[in-house]
Amino acid sequence: MKCKRDPKRIREVLGKKVQFILGDMACVYGGLLAGVSFFGGYPITPASEVAEGMARMLPRVGGTYIQMEDEIGSIAAVIGATWGGAKSMTATSGPGFSLMMENYGFAVMTETPCVIVNVQRTGPSTGQPTLGAQGDMMQVRWGTHGDFEALALAPSTVQECIDFTVEAFNLSEKYRNPACVMTDGEVGHLRERIIIPDEKDLKLINRVTATIDKKKYIPFTNSQTRKNCKVPDFATFGTGYRTYVTGLTHNEKGFPATDKQPDHERLVKRITEKITDDADKLVMVEKINLDDADIAFVTYGATARPAESAMEIARKEGKKVGLLRLKLVWPFPDKLITKLAKDVDKIIVPEMNLGQIVHPVKEVACKHCEVISAPKIGGEMHLPMELHKYLEGK
Amino acid sequence: MKKEIRICGFGGQGVILSGFIIGKAASVFMDYNAVQSQSYGPEARGGAARSEIIISDEKIGYPRPTGVDILLAMSQESFDTYRKDVRKDTIIVVDPDLVKKHDIGQPVHKVHAQQIAESLGNKIVTNIVMVGAFTSIFGLLKTEAVKESVIDSVPKKFTDLNIKAFEKGLEAGKNAVKELQ
Repeated sequence: MKCKRDPKRIREVLGKKVQFILGDMACVYGGLLAGVSFFGGYPITPASEVAEGMARMLPRVGGTYIQMEDEIGSIAAVIGATWGGAKSMTATSGPGFSLMMENYGFAVMTETPCVIVNVQRTGPSTGQPTLGAQGDMMQVRWGTHGDFEALALAPSTVQECIDFTVEAFNLSEKYRNPACVMTDGEVGHLRERIIIPDEKDLKLINRVTATIDKKKYIPFTNSQTRKNCKVPDFATFGTGYRTYVTGLTHNEKGFPATDKQPDHERLVKRITEKITDDADKLVMVEKINLDDADIAFVTYGATARPAESAMEIARKEGKKVGLLRLKLVWPFPDKLITKLAKDVDKIIVPEMNLGQIVHPVKEVACKHCEVISAPKIGGEMHLPMELHKYLEGK
Repeated sequence: MKKEIRICGFGGQGVILSGFIIGKAASVFMDYNAVQSQSYGPEARGGAARSEIIISDEKIGYPRPTGVDILLAMSQESFDTYRKDVRKDTIIVVDPDLVKKHDIGQPVHKVHAQQIAESLGNKIVTNIVMVGAFTSIFGLLKTEAVKESVIDSVPKKFTDLNIKAFEKGLEAGKNAVKELQ
């Protein structure tokens, strides 16, 4: 398997700089730009076009595409490929994401960088396969057992499907944690104009690999080459470094240490703190009309679009409405939401579920302002006028 | 300016591709913003299919149409379903051979798209004839931009056939407008 990124080849395969493409296909483009060299997946509506695009394009840049027997196998293959030195990803939707939950936790515990694109559809269970939803926003945060931190981005446009897939790889490589692109059937199956970023404008982060003397290498501890960094240096299999990879609680050498409280606490605190320590730096939001706002939408993904339309209608009527769009939903921007809650009278959280992200919003905002959930389920986005009603106090 | 376009027919007619070509013409070959969304049944052929495009000179928030400025129908079933959304000023275009019952008390542009495609030797380009008719009837997009978009979107070995279909469609569109005057 070829793991080295070849920018010239990638550009040839992607084609013209300006195109009109599907959101799902944009996730493929983002992956290729980031240098993905392995994709293991299983097709599922509305995410199938990601696998389809990867099957066509990835071999042409020297990468490997495998259709696995199911989603459990897919994420397992992705984790294995990463340890073999690949930048790896998979794409799925609700039911497949549920199947991936156990190995999602395995990737967290073994500090394996990888990207999961979840083109969310309605659930529970098989639900409405062809229709969009935002039903997995809590699952990505809490769906696998135990204590961990999630890295989850939510694109609102087709362009962001490219940009956020690149960003997901960067976050994943930087923190050695899985990162998820939480798109949905609406954005995934929407076509819009995209502009492929030039090579000079692409900021790519790659995992820091082990370079220390092989005898001194410790696989699961703070970086041995960077100061004050809780992310260990990565020893690719076959490079001669001794490492041992297990989902069991392990000591710094990677060996199982399942009966000792301090070992577990040290390990799990490090793998969560490597992300929470950076929480203030890890804020990616778009603020619109918040300076004088009395009411604010806090929104993400597809739902941000009708919310923005509703805000514009209200502004024309002279209502002071603003919008905060979370590009990176997890880690959750607690401080920013607290500050917003102090500045406005009311926060409205529209979601294509019965109320998920409204909960962390309430957790930090409810002391300072009113927080209202604006749910809609059934595979249809809110109409702008449906959200506008919430501005009138229902 | 914001225009909402709906193309409907049955699966296999190329309804989605025609929407794709129009969206691409507007946003890649011209400077508009465009979004295209679609819905279709699980069947590969048959069933109702629709493709919706919004073209605007401003940022497009809500990506689904909230009205219809122009409706292009290529099957009776889809016409019967979507005619309820038309306004008094909605431009309606049908292939009268495929949508026989189209009298709904307002002007209807008639474009024999399938017949034209058959006269060119392949029914498969019916959708491209419709794209041509759309271009001349609606007048929003430059002919050259849509033509480039057609060429960019169809398999290379069928370029000539598609260009012919597009040009015949442009002409049929102009005639349909004249018939209503």
